[in-house]
Amino acid sequence: MQIAARHLDKITIFDISGDIDLATSPQLRKALLRELRELKMPRVVLNLGAVRYIDSSGVASLVEGLKASRDVGSRFILFGLNKTIREVLQLSKLVRIFEIYENEEQSVAP
Amino acid sequence: MSRGSLLLKMELRSNPEMLCVVRNALGELAAKLGFSEPECRAVVLAVDEALTNIIRHAYLGDPEQSIEASFRRIHVLRDGKSEDALEILLEDSGATANPEKMCGRALEDVRPGGLGLHFIRKSMDTVEFSHSNGRNQLRLVKILHGQTTQKGS
Repeated sequence: MQIAARHLDKITIFDISGDIDLATSPQLRKALLRELRELKMPRVVLNLGAVRYIDSSGVASLVEGLKASRDVGSRFILFGLNKTIREVLQLSKLVRIFEIYENEEQSVAP
Repeated sequence: MSRGSLLLKMELRSNPEMLCVVRNALGELAAKLGFSEPECRAVVLAVDEALTNIIRHAYLGDPEQSIEASFRRIHVLRDGKSEDALEILLEDSGATANPEKMCGRALEDVRPGGLGLHFIRKSMDTVEFSHSNGRNQLRLVKILHGQTTQKGS
């Protein structure tokens, strides 16, 4: 898994690629919590368009990011979900708790 | 149910870095057996989650322990018909889980963790835990829908 961060005004966009599993989810969790808890960015956006696979540990990292965003009053947004990620989120029944958009333009809109 | 034919056997270390290796091999195997794309993804997810549970809970994160994984094509009887299926056995020598505590969690409870067993049960047709001779065994079966064979063949 690779994570690259971009900043757009007061928005952090993480471009994530590869597999999010037990081996890589700690890296994602750390990046999300730093941006939300330490830097208190008002909006954190995850571009998941190049993610091939996600398992329960990856979903847990997303839930932790969401919880941290609620704690600090930030928005936590996902976009670019492919079939694999949608299936896993639907299986977890957590898909409804996330703010999800189709593309980056919608995700960074005021 | 016959014991079926062995398709693949692996002995891997309990290192999370090995998960992607197993996922890639199993995805190819499931596709070659004729599972649909969603079924392949389901089988891969179930095995990944099962291995994750072994690494985290049986071996407490120790990456140097051994896990055996074997994959067989079997026939299972369902409603009087013999159907082809993929049987996956995962064996480890780690701490034994208490089946009564292995109930996952309520999905309404929005918190990280506890989803793995739910994913496994949703993805596979059979999920059986057993323990003998100091080893834990998890048996997973996924029926190959649309591949019915004649009884006795």
